[in-house]
Amino acid sequence: MSDQAHARTDHDLAPGEEEQHSVGTRILGYVVGLVLALLLTATSFFIAGTDLVWQPSIPVALIVLAIAQMGVHLVFFLHITTGPDNTNNVLALAFGVLVVFLVIGGTVWIMANLNANMPPMDQIMRMQ
Amino acid sequence: MAMTATVGHSHADPHHVGLVIEHPGPAPKRIVTAYGFWIFLLSDIVMFSCFFAAYAVLSGQTAGGPKGSEIFEPRYVAIETVCLLLSSFTCGMASIAADVRNRFWFYLSMTATCMLGLIFLVLEFREFADLIARGYGPSRSAFLTAFFSLVGCHGLHVSAGVLWLLTMMAQVFAKGFRADILRRMLCFALFWHALDIIWVAVFSVVYLLGSGV
Repeated sequence: MSDQAHARTDHDLAPGEEEQHSVGTRILGYVVGLVLALLLTATSFFIAGTDLVWQPSIPVALIVLAIAQMGVHLVFFLHITTGPDNTNNVLALAFGVLVVFLVIGGTVWIMANLNANMPPMDQIMRMQ
Repeated sequence: MAMTATVGHSHADPHHVGLVIEHPGPAPKRIVTAYGFWIFLLSDIVMFSCFFAAYAVLSGQTAGGPKGSEIFEPRYVAIETVCLLLSSFTCGMASIAADVRNRFWFYLSMTATCMLGLIFLVLEFREFADLIARGYGPSRSAFLTAFFSLVGCHGLHVSAGVLWLLTMMAQVFAKGFRADILRRMLCFALFWHALDIIWVAVFSVVYLLGSGV
């Protein structure tokens, strides 16, 4: 009864949905996202093949650039923001990211540990 | 009325943080649909993370076969990446065109998205066919198995996305910009952008990291 009487005080946004902006503003958002993504991609490809930087830093740089670019995609293309109208979407994303880190980190950790504790192949052959 | 309102308050705000939401009722269907699709996309990303984990573990297990640095062509990967990026942009343009109900820009942006997606698929198919022709098929080594299943799974998603894209164009052509068609368009845009995010991980981890190590 009182449910219908109250005006909606908050509003949610569907994932991928933007606040009500003019068409020009929305196009500008996509252009900014595209330029940032292209810059990050170009940097990744440049870093991967260059001798200019300390070599062991390259994998770390590539991973950081990849995470940055995913962030750019999330913000400018998928419109996932930290606004109160986006709480549900961000929480779902956070849970997804948690599971992804558990799966990848856990797998790499456990398999590296197994590899390190495995006797060399010739020892295994001798045991059989 | 006052009584129910008080009960409502204590339920909605058990910790007295002051942010009382007065039973806003069910969310609009647009939000429910897109949120459900968002959950699906996240579970799809979790599935991809298993393929990534398998690749990370197996990338060194070449069984005497080729290493990543010997078979990857950074030039083609760069072209594929630019194709997907631009297609994400044109897909965004199509979403805007659908929101303002402009058929011309909708069809134009969707056609551009479709073309870029097809170029991506052709390049990837040629890469796979070339590898298999050289005897480096998925059965050659554990590394190649992981590579083909991860990149192939993404390629399958892009193929499904292209089919969905054509379906959306046909639906807009036949039914116009109805509310349910716009909901599907919202989900399609989410799907296409999510594929681009997965491709960022693929080209960084598989191609760039793989060719360096």
